[in-house]
Amino acid sequence: MNIVVCIKQVPDTAEVRINPETNTLIRDGVASIINPYDMHAVEAALQIKEKAGGRVTVITMGPPQAETALREVLSMGADEAVLLTDRAFAGSDTWATSYTLSMAVRKIGADVVVCGKQAIDGDTAQVGPEMAEFLDIPHISYVRMIEEVRADYLLVQRLMDEGYDIVESSLPVLLTIVKEINTPRLPSLKGKMAAKKAEIKKWTSSDIGAEADKIGLNGSPTQVKNIFAPEAKKNRKVLEGDIEEQVDALVRELRGLKCV
Amino acid sequence: MRIVITPEKCTGCETCVESCPYTAIVVKEGKAFITEYCQLCRACLGVCPEGAIKEVLEPGETPARKEEETDKYSGVWVFAEQRDGKAASVAYELLGVGRKLADDRHTGLSAVLLGASESEALELIKGGADRVFLSNNTLFGKFNDEPYSQILTLLIREHRPEIVLAGATPIGRSFLPRVAARLRTGLTADCTSLEIDKESGNLLQVRPAFGGNIMATILCPNNRPQMATVRPRVMKRGKRDEHRQGQIIHVKAEGLSSRTRVLDTIKEISDIAVNLQEAEVIVSGGRGLGDKKGFAMLEELAEALGGSIGASRAAVDEGWVPYSHQVGQTGKTVCPKIYIACGISGAVQHLVGMQSSDIIIAINKNPEAPIFGVATYGIVGDVYEVIPMLIKKIKENRSKE
Repeated sequence: MNIVVCIKQVPDTAEVRINPETNTLIRDGVASIINPYDMHAVEAALQIKEKAGGRVTVITMGPPQAETALREVLSMGADEAVLLTDRAFAGSDTWATSYTLSMAVRKIGADVVVCGKQAIDGDTAQVGPEMAEFLDIPHISYVRMIEEVRADYLLVQRLMDEGYDIVESSLPVLLTIVKEINTPRLPSLKGKMAAKKAEIKKWTSSDIGAEADKIGLNGSPTQVKNIFAPEAKKNRKVLEGDIEEQVDALVRELRGLKCV
Repeated sequence: MRIVITPEKCTGCETCVESCPYTAIVVKEGKAFITEYCQLCRACLGVCPEGAIKEVLEPGETPARKEEETDKYSGVWVFAEQRDGKAASVAYELLGVGRKLADDRHTGLSAVLLGASESEALELIKGGADRVFLSNNTLFGKFNDEPYSQILTLLIREHRPEIVLAGATPIGRSFLPRVAARLRTGLTADCTSLEIDKESGNLLQVRPAFGGNIMATILCPNNRPQMATVRPRVMKRGKRDEHRQGQIIHVKAEGLSSRTRVLDTIKEISDIAVNLQEAEVIVSGGRGLGDKKGFAMLEELAEALGGSIGASRAAVDEGWVPYSHQVGQTGKTVCPKIYIACGISGAVQHLVGMQSSDIIIAINKNPEAPIFGVATYGIVGDVYEVIPMLIKKIKENRSKE
């Protein structure tokens, strides 16, 4: 069984802040990490391989530096890694990103494609389902458990607002994974050694046969017009005095709002 | 396209370095350079005090990618998702914002309702829709990505709306991307504000990024429809009008197929979760409570105020309350009149789930806790001292009346 897992290298968002006065980003010491949801996708892919046999190929689209993220996944046990890297990919929105990834997945050939639910920098959760449409395969979002997987069939639990659904699908299929599904394994020492030496394939737009008007900024229907800091609360009121006086003041305010 | 810096103009002031979300600008020997990390996001374009940063086209590149005749598209659509045959709350919120957008564009507002009855379609008309595309086919009873995306794609191709909105729910977020991919158009996730740009008539879509630390305005200038998902509880419902007249168009669901099948739908204790999103008052607890007993105290406060119990991720991870109470990025987004955060420090992931509450009251020992940054009222103190006092005084106040 061919399993392809898609990952993204992202800035650690907990550390990204914006300076509200200058509207610029404060990123002192922001580290690059593998998108946390993708770590669970990698673990799910490895577990599918352990159950049903096959190969796990990890792919990412990004600058040359994203190679370190691929090596980390190789050290966890993935068999092969492909880096999609090309100046022409820069500026891709979700449409162009999913088109590009889908062209690579076509080239590799996949029975199961596994993605994290969403990336923590963009938080869109769109690339997985859009890829499935480009690949003309079904997808199941928010998978929280894989109950059964065979050569041509898969049965999973899909997280919903008010509980979960039991969903079955034929293969090939694309899954997007939520954190509840598993705990990602740590790389073994042997894995780390092997990953250091492993060859990472680097593909450009021509290697995957991508059409020039569907990739990068030119292929992206959406544009970022501007970025700004979230609005701060304007109605702040300071409570004065010791704790008892502050609580009294609060109760008065709540009474004014007819909440007490 | 490339972003370039004119070295003659650059003074090495590093303003642009700070503006870049991708760490793609470096200053070397007093001049700024763009590295291969550049994602062409344009965030740096306006910031240079010397005007040294500009975008240049590659040879053969055309500036405006006019994919289609955008003026051939008109009308605002909302996808009204249903659960158990009833239109979800978010459908009425979408009608609220959709009505405004349609009026600004001097056009009509339509809803698409799949797997529900005509009486629900009439409710949507009362909620603001001029037209409802309805299919009561049982195929749509349970949510299934492929038939949902196939029918919506067909309807959009036939009627050519300029804007299509859906809820940023497990349903909308799952199948709308397929529709956008197929239609070769943009989709903006989790919008918190939608407005029409008066000059261009384009939809200005505002959404949080980087875990809510940054807001971005997104445009889809050359492709139609402009598609967006909107988080539940962010937009206000439209005014209900019992007498509003509208048209119901019955949609044929033929030739649809699916390679996935929903075998069963299991509901997990949903009462709390539903209550949480509908609640006017939420009393929420975090790691600062120290243990499970703290939540018994919060329940007493919630009871006194007629509210529900929420929690931060830390409290849920500790096992003090079930996941269904979790507020934040990986939990529920709530928007009550009053949100009382007790012993919650206020990580960004929590703030994005509650910061649109009308009034936020923060009680925390640490005066530096970020929760005070969004709070309307803050009390710096021990929750075990403040909350019992608050409960006592609320009760006293009530007995006086």
